[in-house]
Amino acid sequence: MARVFVPADSSALSVGADTVAAALTAEARRRGIDLSIVRTGSRGLFWLEPLVETDGADGRMGYGPIAPQDAASLLDAGFLTGGPHPKALGRVDDIPFLARQQRLVFARCGVTDPQSLEDYRRHGGLKGLERALGLSPDAIVDEIVASGLRGRGGAGFPTGIKWGAVRNAEADQKYVVCNADEGDSGTFADRMLMEGDPFLVIEGMAIAALAVGAAKGYVYIRSEYPHAFDVFSRAVERARAAGLLGGQVLGSAHAFDLEPRLGAGSYICGEETSMLESLEGKRGLVRAKPPLPALSGLFGKPTVINNMLSLASVPWILEHGAKAYAEYGVGRSLGSQPFQIAGNVRFGGLVELAFGPTIRELVEGFGGGTRSGRPIRAVQVGGPLGAYFPQKLLDTPLEYESMTRMKGMLGHGGIVVFDDTVDLARQARFAFAFCARESCGKCTPCRLGSTRGVETVDKIMSGDERQKNIELLRDLCEVMTDGSLCALGGLTPLPVLSALDHFPEDFVPAPRRAAAE
Amino acid sequence: MAAEAPFDGVRARKVIERWRTTPGAALPMLHDLQHEFGYIDGAAIPLVAEALNISKAEALGVISFYPDFRRAAFEGRVLKLCRAESCQAMGCEGLVAHLKAQHGVAPDEPAPNAGLRVETVYCLGNCALSPAALLDGEPIGRLDRVRLDAIVASAKDCAT
Repeated sequence: MARVFVPADSSALSVGADTVAAALTAEARRRGIDLSIVRTGSRGLFWLEPLVETDGADGRMGYGPIAPQDAASLLDAGFLTGGPHPKALGRVDDIPFLARQQRLVFARCGVTDPQSLEDYRRHGGLKGLERALGLSPDAIVDEIVASGLRGRGGAGFPTGIKWGAVRNAEADQKYVVCNADEGDSGTFADRMLMEGDPFLVIEGMAIAALAVGAAKGYVYIRSEYPHAFDVFSRAVERARAAGLLGGQVLGSAHAFDLEPRLGAGSYICGEETSMLESLEGKRGLVRAKPPLPALSGLFGKPTVINNMLSLASVPWILEHGAKAYAEYGVGRSLGSQPFQIAGNVRFGGLVELAFGPTIRELVEGFGGGTRSGRPIRAVQVGGPLGAYFPQKLLDTPLEYESMTRMKGMLGHGGIVVFDDTVDLARQARFAFAFCARESCGKCTPCRLGSTRGVETVDKIMSGDERQKNIELLRDLCEVMTDGSLCALGGLTPLPVLSALDHFPEDFVPAPRRAAAE
Repeated sequence: MAAEAPFDGVRARKVIERWRTTPGAALPMLHDLQHEFGYIDGAAIPLVAEALNISKAEALGVISFYPDFRRAAFEGRVLKLCRAESCQAMGCEGLVAHLKAQHGVAPDEPAPNAGLRVETVYCLGNCALSPAALLDGEPIGRLDRVRLDAIVASAKDCAT
């Protein structure tokens, strides 16, 4: 039976993938053609969505972006066997945006049926876990340490070291928590994985559980991702039914089960200690550290808490070995990073590469410049707590240390492009306003500083003692950086100061700006 | 989302009971209650508190911390409109201004008789197709004024 692959990823659905699938089914039925529609995740080439694929003689053939009214002409063109059509893209693997990537974590996303464990296995899944089951817990931890894997949530802490601390902690119960509270604007990698390759996340968590001796895990998924929560929850049930989760993981003596948990609209719950509070059923107030979650985490027990992308990198490392993984990347940023290109960009999507490409390679080389056709003026890297980069700094390499040197951070790998209509004073004000709205309120620099920041930017913009207030703003940023309990208050100064340092011309009251032009 | 039904203590107890033995069950319990009734009724608070073995004040504290939990019933459609950086770069604030100017609807404010409630959210993970929104849970990418006008019109039809 001819197969047609239509993504059921949220982004693809947002531009009509379901109606395309329905139109293809109806048109095929009308012609008496036996068609099997396979709903996949997305390849992450979102300007081509809905991107429909078929089995050609030489691999998967792509067509996109497809509208429901294209169904008849696609069937006329023989697209079921890769026939030519005005919207044909050729072999999907040859599309330059995809061909130039190094997909380790996202190799299967958009290719396989996310609800089929057989498909997962057929495409190389479970090899990492199978190898891990034959290793001692210490050997698994050593492998992760040797791979150089660092936390993909933003902090960049070595994952293996974290695991080692939990491994060595004595307790009757330990937990693995997967942070899928992907709240940073411009990021969607976790969502794509949950919707496109959920068994990879489950496999990564099972390996973590083996390594540290945990029997229970949680995946904290934000409520802004209702579709991802449903898809992932169904995959967990299938994994349980197939014996990948439960009393005997893949028939071994190890027990591990996990529970997906839905967040409730709070950005701060992406902070690890706030997430633990939320999982315990409390307000998402940040905890003071120490004690580290590795020793006293969820319900007071030793807890591994990792970003979803860190856990999703683990199966590849176990399958291919730490050495092979560490051959990707530069300096102390090893392995691959799924970058996400978003905002005002022509070709937005997911680009997984070894660490080290420049911002420019991503936004111009892959992204093709702005969607509006106007010049790029600013690029925010790393979400709402990341710095705004001006044109002259776009050759900064995307790896942990270079980003820190440039007073920015990589965060979760989100890259948001702005054209020359952006007002950086307004973006700085937004950074404070966002912090004020999302602050948990526990520490003063964040709770009060964020609101004072909004007021101070307003004073600057109204020309009220401008110079004095700019100094005050810098002082406030120093207090927030040094005095906040967590990264929300501590990093809000990054977007603010980068805006002020690189775009000072925007911090001039409107009438004066008009007069200067 | 329309309120499913008026509050009913017996049904609320049944929903709460599902979660009694789950550790740290507050969020799933509250989500379930809201799913059942469309909001968290004040009368549910003592029941939640009793099941979780916390005070009523603590239960209310949890409910009020999370933006998702509504305290009053709302009949009509809910449009969660993303206003984070990626959508800002693609003009979401222009859409907000259009909603206000053309339809008198402002985010996070009551709009009597509109049959539509617009809520601000920060990121829906559809940033490569900004501006993004969720209409009653269904994702919308590349949102524009024409589409917004259609959403407002359809909500009004439902309301009247």
